[in-house]
Amino acid sequence: MIKKSASEMADALANGETTSVALTQAHLDRIAEVDKDVHAFLYVDTEGALAQAALADKKRAAGEKLSPLAGIPLALKDVMVQKGIPTTCGSKMLEGWRPPYDSTVVSKLRAADVVILGKTNMDEFAMGSSTENSAYGPTHNPWDLSRIPGGSGGGSSASLAAFEAPLAIGTDTGGSIRQPAAVTGTVGVKPTYGGVSRYGLVAFSSSLDQAGPCGRTVLDTALLHETIAGHDPKDSTSINAPVPAIVAAAKNGNVKGLKIGVIKELQGEGYQTGVLNRFNESLELLAGLGAEIVEVSCSYFEYALAAYYLIAPSECSSNLARFDAMRYGIRVGDASGVSAEEVMNLTREVGFGREVKRRIILGTYALSSGYYDAYYGSAQKVRTLIKQDFDNAFTKADVLVSPTAPTTAFKIGEKADDPIAMYLNDIATIPVNMAGICGMSLPSGLADEDNLPAGFQIMAPAMKDDRLYNVGAALETALLSKWGAPILSHVSGLGARA
Amino acid sequence: MAGISRDDVANLARLARIDMAPAELDHLASELGVILNAVARVQEVAGQDVPPTSHPLPLQNVYRKDEVIQSLTPEAALSAAPASEGQRFKVPKILGEEA
Repeated sequence: MIKKSASEMADALANGETTSVALTQAHLDRIAEVDKDVHAFLYVDTEGALAQAALADKKRAAGEKLSPLAGIPLALKDVMVQKGIPTTCGSKMLEGWRPPYDSTVVSKLRAADVVILGKTNMDEFAMGSSTENSAYGPTHNPWDLSRIPGGSGGGSSASLAAFEAPLAIGTDTGGSIRQPAAVTGTVGVKPTYGGVSRYGLVAFSSSLDQAGPCGRTVLDTALLHETIAGHDPKDSTSINAPVPAIVAAAKNGNVKGLKIGVIKELQGEGYQTGVLNRFNESLELLAGLGAEIVEVSCSYFEYALAAYYLIAPSECSSNLARFDAMRYGIRVGDASGVSAEEVMNLTREVGFGREVKRRIILGTYALSSGYYDAYYGSAQKVRTLIKQDFDNAFTKADVLVSPTAPTTAFKIGEKADDPIAMYLNDIATIPVNMAGICGMSLPSGLADEDNLPAGFQIMAPAMKDDRLYNVGAALETALLSKWGAPILSHVSGLGARA
Repeated sequence: MAGISRDDVANLARLARIDMAPAELDHLASELGVILNAVARVQEVAGQDVPPTSHPLPLQNVYRKDEVIQSLTPEAALSAAPASEGQRFKVPKILGEEA
């Protein structure tokens, strides 16, 4: 049962073939069996999950009208607060912290009777592309345990690929949902900025951060997306407009007559051959289904990475000022005669890891007087140019596509000492965040060189998230015929043990 | 741009309230130089005529009605405090002895 899709599990629950308690227990057993090797979870809420499952079963038995995902287990990225459940953001700074409130995403999951299994590992405060920056040790890719599962949401994507959970929540500031999805053979969507509430999402870079759904199929991801989306008065940047018909689009999957724009700048040099092969095959499949493939140019995208690594650290240096050892989190060096400022200095030195400090210092520099215009100011102008590139491209195409990440999963430790090489992982995902539009990654197959999954990225204009699911569903079906089975069924090593 | 010195990093760490170890300052000074050189290319295309974008949405402040709504109790708000006293956060001294 744990290898089925969430929508198949939902059918089994509706038909009375199984119960949510049995389903939840099966996933808890799987976590107990494999998570010592995968390390997808930082915290497993056995008692809470079984209680939520029992409640869902009780409501079903009473004949209550239930949401499509009622009783289905889910893994929650540890950057999203859940009342009373440890939330660390992968940082020592928040070790032992139990938030006194629920994020809006958690409230919506509860209202839909989704069962939250626990909290997943991540790069500290979502800064990274490999989950190696977690203060609690790396997560391992279920396809090959010596490789990274992507990041920052590597725990969420690995939990799906290891069949520890059928659904997961991620957050995406520069690719932290899509790149992990790409390297684990799963599906992930960064919704339109403002499409899903950020209330209770621990902030990294507020103008870029966006929570979103992760799943093993396009339809499962759509069902989760619709569950968590919508306007929230508690988030002033939440869009007050109807949620697009996402699930309907995922069930439609018709690309006939649709214009699909291939971004010229997001391929070629720096991209692994096998990744490009799968990308080009996917384009052929979509053309075969009646889509019109056009090439578009986004000439300013080559500056996106540089602009991102000024904007995100600048916002991070401001956002992470809240960790001051006064109201919550750890406090270090508090002794008679030691000032508050000294306690702050000591706590932040001990509480933050290397990458977080690097970005705080970089952001402090970019915002400091004398450098502001040259760095942060210039990066904001590049952001305008990237938005204009997208606007122009969307006059020529309904959706845009690219490989999600330039390579398949690399070895743990391979890029740990080279920040620039690590940052290049996000070269194709970052422009989407800069413009606030939406993007999906879904598996396009296995790369020839290493038999590891490659990702296909679809991008659509703001509040046109339904287009992602329409195109994604069409491609998923076509790939299923080509490969004979879901790409994740080819998972070697650990995933095959299920 | 010119390299970033160890003293520059020490000053930034002070501004960011991080008590960095000497070895960390040395390491970061060399790393930041490399990163800044890489990101400085934003200046190539940031002309006078390009307006800045700080946010993907046209933002305006959102007000809610001035009504009492349910919020955290003092106990819940203090529940994760490193130290508290009564209904207050207890913090180390913030003023010098002479103040």
